[in-house]
Amino acid sequence: MDPKTYKFDTLSLHAGYQPSKNAGSRQVPIYQTTSYMFDDVDHAAALFNLERGGHIYSRMSNPTVQVLEERVCALEGGTAALATASGMSAIFLTIMTLCNAGDHMVVSSQLYGGTVNLFRLTLPKFGIKTTFVKPRDTEGFKKAIQPNTKGIFGELVGNPGNELMNMPEVSNIAKEAGIPLIIDSTYQTPYLCRPFEHGADLVVHSLTKWMSGNGSSMAGILVEGGTFDWMQNDKFPTMTEPYEGYHGLSFAEEFGPTAFTMMARAEGMRDMGPCLAPQNAWNILHGLETLSLRMEKHCSNALKMVEYLSNHESVAWVSHASAPGHPDKELAEKILPKGTGSMIAFGIKGGKEAGAAFINNVKLASHLANVGDARTLVIHPASATHSQMDEATLKFAGLSHDMIRLSVGLEDFEDIVNDFEDGFRAAKKPRLVANK
Amino acid sequence: MKFKVRGIDTFASTGGRPFDKNKPLIIFVHGSGLSHMVWVLQTRYFAFRGYSVLAVDLPGHGLSSGESLKTIEEMGDWVGDVIGAVGCKEASLVGHSQGCLVTMECVAQHPEKIKTLTLMGGASAIPMNPELLKLAEESNPKAVDLMMDFAHGPAGHFGGHPVPGLYHLNVGSMIVQNKEIKDTLGVDFRACDNYKNGPEVAKKLDLPTLSILGAQDRMCRLKDGKILADYIKGSEVKIIEDCGHMMLLEEADQTLEILKKFIAEHYPLPN
Repeated sequence: MDPKTYKFDTLSLHAGYQPSKNAGSRQVPIYQTTSYMFDDVDHAAALFNLERGGHIYSRMSNPTVQVLEERVCALEGGTAALATASGMSAIFLTIMTLCNAGDHMVVSSQLYGGTVNLFRLTLPKFGIKTTFVKPRDTEGFKKAIQPNTKGIFGELVGNPGNELMNMPEVSNIAKEAGIPLIIDSTYQTPYLCRPFEHGADLVVHSLTKWMSGNGSSMAGILVEGGTFDWMQNDKFPTMTEPYEGYHGLSFAEEFGPTAFTMMARAEGMRDMGPCLAPQNAWNILHGLETLSLRMEKHCSNALKMVEYLSNHESVAWVSHASAPGHPDKELAEKILPKGTGSMIAFGIKGGKEAGAAFINNVKLASHLANVGDARTLVIHPASATHSQMDEATLKFAGLSHDMIRLSVGLEDFEDIVNDFEDGFRAAKKPRLVANK
Repeated sequence: MKFKVRGIDTFASTGGRPFDKNKPLIIFVHGSGLSHMVWVLQTRYFAFRGYSVLAVDLPGHGLSSGESLKTIEEMGDWVGDVIGAVGCKEASLVGHSQGCLVTMECVAQHPEKIKTLTLMGGASAIPMNPELLKLAEESNPKAVDLMMDFAHGPAGHFGGHPVPGLYHLNVGSMIVQNKEIKDTLGVDFRACDNYKNGPEVAKKLDLPTLSILGAQDRMCRLKDGKILADYIKGSEVKIIEDCGHMMLLEEADQTLEILKKFIAEHYPLPN
């Protein structure tokens, strides 16, 4: 006897949506609207007071966005989700729901540059401080925890160097300290890894990337695993004590495994308002329908690319957890059995100058500040995505000036290779000039 | 809020309002392995409309201490003791699934204390599939997956939770898995399987009773729910179409509307 609940590919097409409640429309409709009629005064009061479910105003929730939230939640194996205008707003909302002024976070150092800046420069303005720890320094996460630490945050596969955080072990450290582990799983998508199965408590995504795959829309999401007991200690009074904003409601008591998301929506969306546009939610939903198919091709193209780059005379080093000799290969095989994603970092011989020449001379690969598009993308992080970091921070984050970040797309592999050969040929020229 | 029942720390959600023993009391009793959290889309409404609400965690469940009670009869008696433990003399009861058996037993043992009874997804007996029972008693998470599968109707399997962003199959699953499965779900399933008094108890009930049934219920089938309602003198029956066993989550709004009308008619607020 086995449960007949729907599985991953089916959920990616159907979860969170019932046509019978939407005029029989097979495709999810776009509710391009701001506000929703109340039945009567009593109904309005009940909605505002979280006594019953439903929509009030699209800053808080929207029927199209709701489908996206439930769908991603189902794919991640979570209890609740909250979609946001971007991945960064999902992270900000998560931290602002978790922390108060005077609190502290322990954060992996290898992150998207914008996330580094959020923790390093912006959150201190709100009295929230951060200790950064290198992703492979598992013991370092434990040592960095202070009495006022409210969580551990990291990207499972760090951007851009592809170093892995040992999620199961860091999760044990978080559990021991009574704080949640928050994983930015943008690089993996739930197709490659479902972090709740490895001890994460909250997951954030930039949906702009692989979940969408089409490079059309910004979006982010917070997903709750329902695993964290907010009442186990006195670290999270905003979750456990009566909240004045909802007549003394205790989110943890009332909503249990969905408490964090309920609070993030009720307080964070209400007061900060980084809501997702319904058109963008609809665009992301289209991408989700083919998530499995795309991720398979992304990963197979990436594996071929790793082999190609590893054997190329112009390449000094390659970082991808599938690569022979990668320090995290064993861990990756354990927690990413379907593949280690399509992000590759490599060092080009000739350093920064060669890197610039390579990027300026590829034609098929797009030079832009995004990852996870269906198209192949390249960038030189030290001069672009991570350019706002000083030398010391770059070094601590594992960035070198010869690093090219590659997001492998779905094109025919041979076409990507041909394009890269043009780039490598151009990259050799500055060195020839220098040698003369 | 936390209070003592038979000396054991007991938790009940009060629907977000301070408990007031002078207001009419409604007690909500959850189903197998679950907790007060399943009732949030019904309890808060009544708590903010003049009633005192207790969505109890049965012993050993949710935030309540102690060990799970082993029989439906013990659970029914325990619910009766809750009323006195909070300083009240009477209450209306609302039960879901196993909670229907428990609340019927409570009425049978404490008839003077109970004013109305609402049964959601009920049947006069809930015999368990032997394989499911074994899995639950072995703390096998597959038992929870099977329960969530059976408990949700075809539409519910797609999601569409009334509260934006919640995915109810996983919400139910996490509520059960927050405790050792064998200690809650396993004990509860065994208690349901052993309970044979349902028809006799139902036939003796003599109070305003409402049965809310899901047309697509696979845990307590619609026909079994109707048979139970037929046993109860004067019972009202409301059927929710396209809904499985978890009507309180799957069709929370319809469930609340039906309950509101019943409570307003049979257990109104004092003038």
